[in-house]
Amino acid sequence: MTARDAVLGRIRDALGDAPPAPDVPRDYRGAAAPGEHDVVARFCERVAEYRATVTRAEAGELPDVLARLCRRRRAARIAVPPGGHDRLPGVEVVVDAPPLEPRALDALDGVLTGCALAIADTGTIVLDGGERSGRRALTLVPDWHVCVVEEAAIVAAVPDAVAALAAAAAEGRPITLVSGPSATSDIELDRVEGVHGPRTLDVVVVRA
Amino acid sequence: MSFPGAAREALGNAQLRRNLGKATTTIRDKRARTVAELPDWEALRDAGAAIKARAMATLPEQLERLEASVQRAGGVVHWARDGAEANAIVAGVARAHGAREVIKVKSLVTDEIGLNAALAEQGVQAIETDLAELIIQLEGGRPSHILVPAIHRNRAEIRRLFERTIARDGALSDDPPALTDAARRYLRERFLSVPVAVSGANFAVAETGTVAVVESEGNGRMCTTLPDVLVTVMGIEKVLPEWRDLEVFLQLLPRSSTAERMNPYTSLWTGVRDDDGPREFHLVLLDAGRTQVLADEVGRQALHCIRCSACLNVCPVYSRVGGHAYESVYPGPIGAILTPQLRGLKEAPTLPWASSLCGACFDACPVKIDIPSVLVHLRGRVVREAKGRVSAERAAMGAMAAVFASHKRYERAQRLARLGRGPLASAALPGWTRMRDLPEVPRETFRDWWRSRA
Repeated sequence: MTARDAVLGRIRDALGDAPPAPDVPRDYRGAAAPGEHDVVARFCERVAEYRATVTRAEAGELPDVLARLCRRRRAARIAVPPGGHDRLPGVEVVVDAPPLEPRALDALDGVLTGCALAIADTGTIVLDGGERSGRRALTLVPDWHVCVVEEAAIVAAVPDAVAALAAAAAEGRPITLVSGPSATSDIELDRVEGVHGPRTLDVVVVRA
Repeated sequence: MSFPGAAREALGNAQLRRNLGKATTTIRDKRARTVAELPDWEALRDAGAAIKARAMATLPEQLERLEASVQRAGGVVHWARDGAEANAIVAGVARAHGAREVIKVKSLVTDEIGLNAALAEQGVQAIETDLAELIIQLEGGRPSHILVPAIHRNRAEIRRLFERTIARDGALSDDPPALTDAARRYLRERFLSVPVAVSGANFAVAETGTVAVVESEGNGRMCTTLPDVLVTVMGIEKVLPEWRDLEVFLQLLPRSSTAERMNPYTSLWTGVRDDDGPREFHLVLLDAGRTQVLADEVGRQALHCIRCSACLNVCPVYSRVGGHAYESVYPGPIGAILTPQLRGLKEAPTLPWASSLCGACFDACPVKIDIPSVLVHLRGRVVREAKGRVSAERAAMGAMAAVFASHKRYERAQRLARLGRGPLASAALPGWTRMRDLPEVPRETFRDWWRSRA
């Protein structure tokens, strides 16, 4: 007998006369529930609580805002996904096409991407491997991540995001939820920002 | 060793008790605040409990759906009856790629089945990449908490360990950021060069074939993104039927475990993807005693556990004795019901008594596992299944039943109790009175008082 048949057989034996599967009560706040808050303001507030910085900008001033951030972080060479902001005054921008090797990513000063959407309640940025988000390694290996979030892409709560991502999941796209810079509390539960992922996260919220 | 013996040893360690007391109190308070933020918390718990019950009741169907979804997305699915089979599958994948080292995401299930030791026997070294797991691995110790496995070590102890092992070239400070940075430098080179990674899974969605790893440090993202090959070992109870079910668990888990609105990183991947992430993905579906748990109609709810560790932090027993006394990778209240069922009652017969039955764990559990009821049920099973053995408790209960059956015998016993209290009773019941006070017997019984009124 294969291990597969053995395990499935054991499960069927174990369930025997088990009660039928219960229906799932979904009385919690679901997707598209009426919002009580200004989602943009809440998102900005909650991202900042993770010790990421938040800058708000008009669409027209975005290149200047991004260039200023690069100067502040002393970033001379950053990467963008194909189709990203490849012209920033005073910054060398490397496009991730063909895909950069991990060691090349490690040698960069930072990475600039957009995102698929963002969640206000939890201050979360959602990357989906698409055009705006780029490949997973791109936003992981460099030590600094700047993420541009369009106001229209901010949803209220986790169920809204899960519903919006159903199509991406069905297509097999990799999805990464990012809530602040990497962190650990493994030593005496003291929170330390910056372990293996980017140690610094800057978020730019832009009016569409 | 039995739980009472191991607990007595742990209680003698003052440093351990200080570390644990500080940690569990901090996280308990923080969790209460984060949970209070969500007005629909109780509705989320009800949904979480029902989704898990539904997944277990339809488990064969869900696992077959998951298998088909993962295969459709280019992944390879393996089944393992026990830990040895799962370990052999992982070792086989590592060897097929000529890997001498694999990098690992923190994973309880691979600790449960002793994967690292099994790989070492095959000449493959497993490198733990979670900071706490790395600390445990470097000192050759055992984890003591589900979420913060090195909770029993303080900063000075960790600095001394790092200076002996991964940071021998320079003096370290015992500042947590400096210690964290030492681990970052040590591990970065491995992330960039080791070709095979091993992970566990927090959830796997049958509908889409998506696997989820929830973490904080970024080591999980590194391991599931950079290597050419990824092997994920998951217990069969981790399957969720629908994609939508994640909307419940991505709220319940972070708030219950690290007491955050959301953990820093959640990775969700489905099979393999061109030019993004590993080129080969293996999913190992592991039984290792889970079907045995599923067969117990009261105990099976232990399989609903999402390993958040909220029950550890609120438990008056755990927060004093720590995780090692439970002698399992699953400590605390959930360990007290999971370990005896996974390994068999005979292997851990004292664990169902590692509780005061206060019920704090049931209140804290995000999927409403009724841990106290399962503990009582397992205590009954231990006593029944050990029937025939002479037990002082059973003899005492038999005598008690005879006394209660007749009012004459009962009244005589009451008079005797007044005489026999104190040193006499303590001598007769040494095991019982060592940790408890005998209740005071009143000078006059209710019956005597009633007669004197008449």
